[in-house]
Amino acid sequence: MNAPANDRTDDHISDSANDVAHRAPSNLDLDAPATPYLDSNELIINMGPQHPATHGVLRVILKLDGEKVLGTECVIGYLHRGVEKIGENRTYTMFNPYVDRMDYVAAVSNGLGYCEAVEKLMNVEAPARAKYIRVIMTELNRIASHQLWLGTHALDIGAMTPLFYTFRDREEILKIFEKYCGARLTTHAFRIGGCQYETYAGFEKEVKNFLTYVAPKIDEYEELLTTNRIWLERTKNVGVISGADCIALGVTGPVLRASGVQWDLRKAQPYAAYSEFDFEIPVGTNGDTYDRYLVRMAEMRQSLRIIEQAVNGIPEGPIMAKVPKVIKPPVGEIYHSIEAPKGELGYFIVSDGTTQPYRLRVRPPSFVNLQALDRMVRGLLVADVIAVIGTIDIVLGEVDR
Amino acid sequence: MAEGINSPAPPPPPEGEKKPAAEDRVAASTAPAKPAAPAKPEGPVPVPWTSPLVEKYRSRYGSGLNAQTYLGQDYLTVDRSLIPDILRLLRDEEQFDYCVDITAVHYPKREKQFDVLWNLYSYPRNERMRVKTQIADGASIPSSVSIWPTANWLEREVYDMFGIQFDGHPDLKRILLPDGWKGHPLRKDYGILQQDQEWVQINLGIESGQ
Repeated sequence: MNAPANDRTDDHISDSANDVAHRAPSNLDLDAPATPYLDSNELIINMGPQHPATHGVLRVILKLDGEKVLGTECVIGYLHRGVEKIGENRTYTMFNPYVDRMDYVAAVSNGLGYCEAVEKLMNVEAPARAKYIRVIMTELNRIASHQLWLGTHALDIGAMTPLFYTFRDREEILKIFEKYCGARLTTHAFRIGGCQYETYAGFEKEVKNFLTYVAPKIDEYEELLTTNRIWLERTKNVGVISGADCIALGVTGPVLRASGVQWDLRKAQPYAAYSEFDFEIPVGTNGDTYDRYLVRMAEMRQSLRIIEQAVNGIPEGPIMAKVPKVIKPPVGEIYHSIEAPKGELGYFIVSDGTTQPYRLRVRPPSFVNLQALDRMVRGLLVADVIAVIGTIDIVLGEVDR
Repeated sequence: MAEGINSPAPPPPPEGEKKPAAEDRVAASTAPAKPAAPAKPEGPVPVPWTSPLVEKYRSRYGSGLNAQTYLGQDYLTVDRSLIPDILRLLRDEEQFDYCVDITAVHYPKREKQFDVLWNLYSYPRNERMRVKTQIADGASIPSSVSIWPTANWLEREVYDMFGIQFDGHPDLKRILLPDGWKGHPLRKDYGILQQDQEWVQINLGIESGQ
C-alpha cells in the first residue's frame, strides 16, 4: 500500500483511495511494501459492491483510522443501463415503461414525472380526473417507498421486526397497484396525456379501507422504534448535515427537510393536482438520522391525508386528454420536476420535432443525494456508515440509471 | 434501426427562428418560401425574457448574452468566456443557490458541437432558470465545483457521457462507466448497439457478445 504513512491530517481521500480502487491486482507488490503496513494508522477497505447493507451494488471505499472514518469514496455505475441513451432511441411512448426501472420502488413517481414533462412540452394538460388518479397512485407509492426504506434501514441497524411489519402492509398497496394496472412494481401506470386505465370497481372503497388499515400500522412502526433506546443510540446525532450544506450539495427530499429546510416541490411549485389538497411539510431540526426517520414517518401520515382528500373529491370525467396517437412534440426543450419519495426528480427533454426525444436527461435525486454521504460520515464509525447509507434512502437503479 | 435514429438532424440553435414542424425541415431547406402545412397550429416559440436580472447582466455584458423564455421557462444563452462570472454572480447576487443539474446536448453538425446547460433554482425566490453555452469538441469549460459543490458528480457525469473537460475540477474521471471505457456514449455518433469487441474478446473469451 503506497499511501503516505503520516497522512492523517489530509482531508482528501481521493488520491490514495484511487490508487487502491483502480489498481489491477497484479500491480500489488506484496513482497516489499514501500511503507510498512503496520506503521500506518490508516486502513483502506472496500464496502460492497456486494454487501447486504449497501442496498444494491454500491461500493464505498472507506479510509479508516481504527474504526473512525476519515473519508469515503463512492464507486457507482454497476447498474448503469444507459437509460438516457435508450430514451434518445425510443419514441416518447415507448420510453415510458423504461422510467419505471430507475427508482424501481417508486415507479409510479417516475412515470408521473416523465408523462408530465412530455405533456408540458406538448402543451397539453391531463384531465382533472386523471390528475386525481395520479395523485392517489403517487402518494400510495410514496408510502410504499417509505415503508420499504424503513424496513431495510431498520434491518441494517439491527431491528428485524419492522421489516416484516412494513412488507406486510406494503403488500396491500401493491395489491391495489396490481388491480389497477396489472403490475406491482414497474407499474407503467400513466400515459402521456392522462391515464390509460379507469379505476376498477371498488377502487375508492379499497383505497379508503387501506387508509383506515395502515394509519394504526404507522403508529405501530413508531412504537417499535421512536423511543427504542437502541434505535436512539444508533441514529441520534449520526450523520448530521446542516440545511446550508444540503443546499450546497443539491440534496433534496426528506434529507433536506430533516435539516430544517421546509421545501417540497408539491408546495413550492405544485404539479398534478397537489395545489388542491391540504397537507403539511414535516421538517426536522437536527439533520441527523433520527430526524430523517421522523420526517419520513410524518410524510407517510401526510400522504394518507392527501389520498383521503383525493379519493373523496375525485371528479368524474375523461381520464385522457386529446393527444395524437403519435406523440410528436414541437421543437423545443423543457425541464419538469416532481417531488419523488427521494427528492427532486427532474426530466430535461430536448425535442427536435420528431417522434423521439433528441436528448433526454434525468435528474435523479438518489445520485445527487448520495454525494452527501462523504460529508455525513466523516468522523463516525464504520457501523454508522451503514446507518447513513440507509438514511439517505438511495436506490441504485436510479443512481446508476 | 439504429443508424437512422442515431443521427437525427439537430434542432436549430435556440437563437435561430423555430421552424413550425419537423417534416417541414427538409422542405424548408430547399424551398424556404413555401408555407408550412396548412391548418397546423404553430407550436409555441421562444419569446424574449425580460426581467431586472436580464437587464442588469445585459448592461454589464452586452451582446454576449441572450435571454429567452420558452413555455414559461427562462434561459440565458451565454458566451463561453462569460460562464464563470455569470454563474458566480447568479449565485452571489441573484440567490440561485441550488444547482439542480448540469448536462449537455450534442449537435454533431454544428461547429460548436456541444450545448452545456446549468439548471438552477433559487430557494429564496422560488424560481428556476437555465444557463446555456456552446463549446466546440475538445474545448474545455471552467468547473463550477467551487460555486456549487454538487457540481462535482454532475460534471463527472457530463465528462463521462460527452467527454467535455471541466477545468479546475478536483477529480475529473469517469463516474458511471468503468475507467477503461472507450468513447462517450451520449454523443450522437456513438451507436446504441456499439460494443467494445476487443474487451469482450480478451476478457470473456468469446468472439462477440451480440
